[in-house]
Amino acid sequence: MRSPFRRFARSRPGLVGLTIVLLLIAGAVAAPLLGASDPLQTSPAAFRPPGTQWLLGTDNLGRDLWSGVVYGARVSLVVGVLAALLSAIVGIAIGTVAGFTGGRVDAWLMRGAELFQTIPQFFLALIVVALIGRGLEKIIVVLGLLGWPLTARLIRAEFLSLKEREFVEAAHALGMSASRIAVRVILPNALPPAVVATSLGVAEAILLEAGLSFFGLGDPNLVSWGLMLQNAQGYLRRAWWMAVFPGVAIFLAVFGFNLLGDGLNDAMNPRLRRRL
Amino acid sequence: MPRYVLGRFFQAFPLLLGVVTIVFVLIHLAPGDPVLALVGDFPAPEEYVRKVREEFGLDRPLIEQYVRYVGNLARGEFGYSFVQRRPVLQVIGERAAATALLTGTALVVATLLGVGLGLIAARRPSTVLDATVSGAAVVGFSVPVFWIGQLLILLFAVTLGWLPAQGMVSLRVGPTGWDRVLDVASHLVLPATALALRLVAMTTRLTRASLLEVLGQEFIRTAEAKGAGPRRVLGRHALPNALLPLVTFVGYNLGFLLAGSALIETVFGWPGVGRLLYDSVFTRDYPVLLGIFLTVSLSVVLANLLTDLLYAYLDPRIRHAR
Repeated sequence: MRSPFRRFARSRPGLVGLTIVLLLIAGAVAAPLLGASDPLQTSPAAFRPPGTQWLLGTDNLGRDLWSGVVYGARVSLVVGVLAALLSAIVGIAIGTVAGFTGGRVDAWLMRGAELFQTIPQFFLALIVVALIGRGLEKIIVVLGLLGWPLTARLIRAEFLSLKEREFVEAAHALGMSASRIAVRVILPNALPPAVVATSLGVAEAILLEAGLSFFGLGDPNLVSWGLMLQNAQGYLRRAWWMAVFPGVAIFLAVFGFNLLGDGLNDAMNPRLRRRL
Repeated sequence: MPRYVLGRFFQAFPLLLGVVTIVFVLIHLAPGDPVLALVGDFPAPEEYVRKVREEFGLDRPLIEQYVRYVGNLARGEFGYSFVQRRPVLQVIGERAAATALLTGTALVVATLLGVGLGLIAARRPSTVLDATVSGAAVVGFSVPVFWIGQLLILLFAVTLGWLPAQGMVSLRVGPTGWDRVLDVASHLVLPATALALRLVAMTTRLTRASLLEVLGQEFIRTAEAKGAGPRRVLGRHALPNALLPLVTFVGYNLGFLLAGSALIETVFGWPGVGRLLYDSVFTRDYPVLLGIFLTVSLSVVLANLLTDLLYAYLDPRIRHAR
């Protein structure tokens, strides 16, 4: 059996995805070095097409689109990654409790997962943000708390099959406590599907954040790709570049994390290929 | 089968109650007075605010408020929009047909295309053709729908001028007759295409995976051993079995489809529920927002119920189970 790392290195989607993600992260971190200035700085040079002076053109208020796209990466990545991590933590905790405890607790938790999978996420996120107010940390928490059911189900399923295995029996025989067995013995073996789900979750959260921003519910003090597209909507006939470039950026980020998820899936769960 | 149907109905009920409970919690979690969430951020007359307080028992214990809230909803009282000066349910009802037309068209187109593409990819797995289709599916899955809508407008409306970019009808076309049908259809092409794209990608992936799984099973080998040609094996033996999961997939994804529709309607000025949602965010018309959330969630629960029942009917293993 080859190691997961070698299998990942042989997965073409995985490598392409990883490259895109790393480039995006590097770009977001090194934004000031990439010639990006304050993306909210207005200037008299409105509606300038892409060219040598303005790489991606300027918008209706003379703001530089290149700066917006580069700084927008920070918002999208921070929201996507933190929301997906929060979902992963909640999902792993709930999945562990459900799968290890079983019985009535399991039944109730899975009912909850079913409820949260049924409710249309975008609409719920939109209502919550509309009611409690816009802000980066609020959006992260809301998206994070909505994305847990898939991870919880995957972890639970792993627990159900793993807890009957011999090495778990051995741990019982050694006199380990139940909680120690759950967390130290079973959980590490149950994690691979959750890692895949988290990578796909980043992509989903980035799309949701873009959608919320497009609805005018993003953080009002930060430039984000969705907000740029909302702004572009009013000038489609006048400035095509305002709509094209932020959208390319969203697509690349989502595409990168989806491919990364596919690659991780190939590497870690060969038997689960393409199930997600 | 009857027992299954009954059981499935009982499963849907707690989901409905769960949705309502979440809305109730939201109303109370919102900062400030819960009456704000029920009336909206709009200078409503003092006496109406007092009436809402009384009706929802906002000075009573939480549990009583909850019972009253559920009771109000059960009677179809979804609140009153002060921005529009009409009951919420009426406001949403008017928009439902336009959204149904858009999402229904996208769903049909996406299912046909997705199954076709999935079939092409699964017929010769691991070939260049399969890789191309599968790769295109990941691309399609990663594109934000509202951005595709904008690109379609840029290309087909702004640059080429072939199709209209905004709205559902032209003012100069009469209200009835073939001209009207063609007029609506021409307005429908771009938004439906944009909305269908992500769904095509998902359907393609699902069909391909499902077909490959079915093709690996023994009854396929039996069919081949009996001398059935590849066409017959794929079309008569594999495909019907592979398409079963697609039935539940449709119900499960109605929520995503409606979310996409909200964004697409905003881009194309399509007069549906999604556009209403967008407008209500801006006018802070909370009763309408809550009403839309409830209606959409209830539709998704019902769609899940219906597709599960359809699945049970189509699958003899469940149909004949006692």
